[in-house]
Amino acid sequence: MDLSNDKISIVISQGSLEGVYPGLIMANGARAEGMEANLFFTFFGLDAIHKKHQEHIKVATVGNPALHVPTWAGGLPGVSSAMTQVMEHKMEKLDIPSIPEFVELISDTGAGLYACKASVDLFGMDKSDFIEGVDDIITVGEFYEMAHGGHIVFT
Amino acid sequence: MTTTTFADRQVELTDDGFFADPSQWSEDLVPALAAADGIDELTDDHWTVIRFMRKEYLENGTGPNVRAHGKTSGYTEKQLYKLFPKGPAKVAARLAGISKPRGCI
Repeated sequence: MDLSNDKISIVISQGSLEGVYPGLIMANGARAEGMEANLFFTFFGLDAIHKKHQEHIKVATVGNPALHVPTWAGGLPGVSSAMTQVMEHKMEKLDIPSIPEFVELISDTGAGLYACKASVDLFGMDKSDFIEGVDDIITVGEFYEMAHGGHIVFT
Repeated sequence: MTTTTFADRQVELTDDGFFADPSQWSEDLVPALAAADGIDELTDDHWTVIRFMRKEYLENGTGPNVRAHGKTSGYTEKQLYKLFPKGPAKVAARLAGISKPRGCI
């Protein structure tokens, strides 16, 4: 099927490992199908494009029943880091790139990377806090203009 | 499945435009296949990627996805997307007369 006239705009709103990857995989997959793709990072999702934070994104081990770890155990020091290492190891075996590498690759595919202005203001950040591949900081209105005529996926 | 004519030759294509029988493919069909995918001028780089795709398929039974391609072909993903803006793995596989590579990354 020719999808090259399709467009998708994906919102990444969470800053956990499991909150960031699905949006990245969907954006990368959209470009692989020839679709236009834009990523809009908002709230804690901004960590995925933040120079200092993007290497330290962790699995949420508290309040995550599908992890099959009791919430009290998930809150113990080091559990989130250990669980993240296990997950990253498994992903490496499947040749899934790390988050910093993946974000750069997605930018290389020609997808747009945008930061949400309201969140950037809320956290007191500016463009210098973000990695090079970030195209712009935009308002929600500008996001809708960009997404117009395509699909929007919120993650 | 549809029968289509490229460069005066009839070939069987799957519903999404890939060769149903890769043995029906030969290099002389590539310019016509490329034109059908919106690539009017085939550069040496296009040919290298297409031949790489074909070779990988013949050796492994499947063409590489973009990620594997970027790691093994000598071209970065950025270069591959410049050459094949509509999807490097997908379009290069179509031009190489092989089935669509499967994979999520």
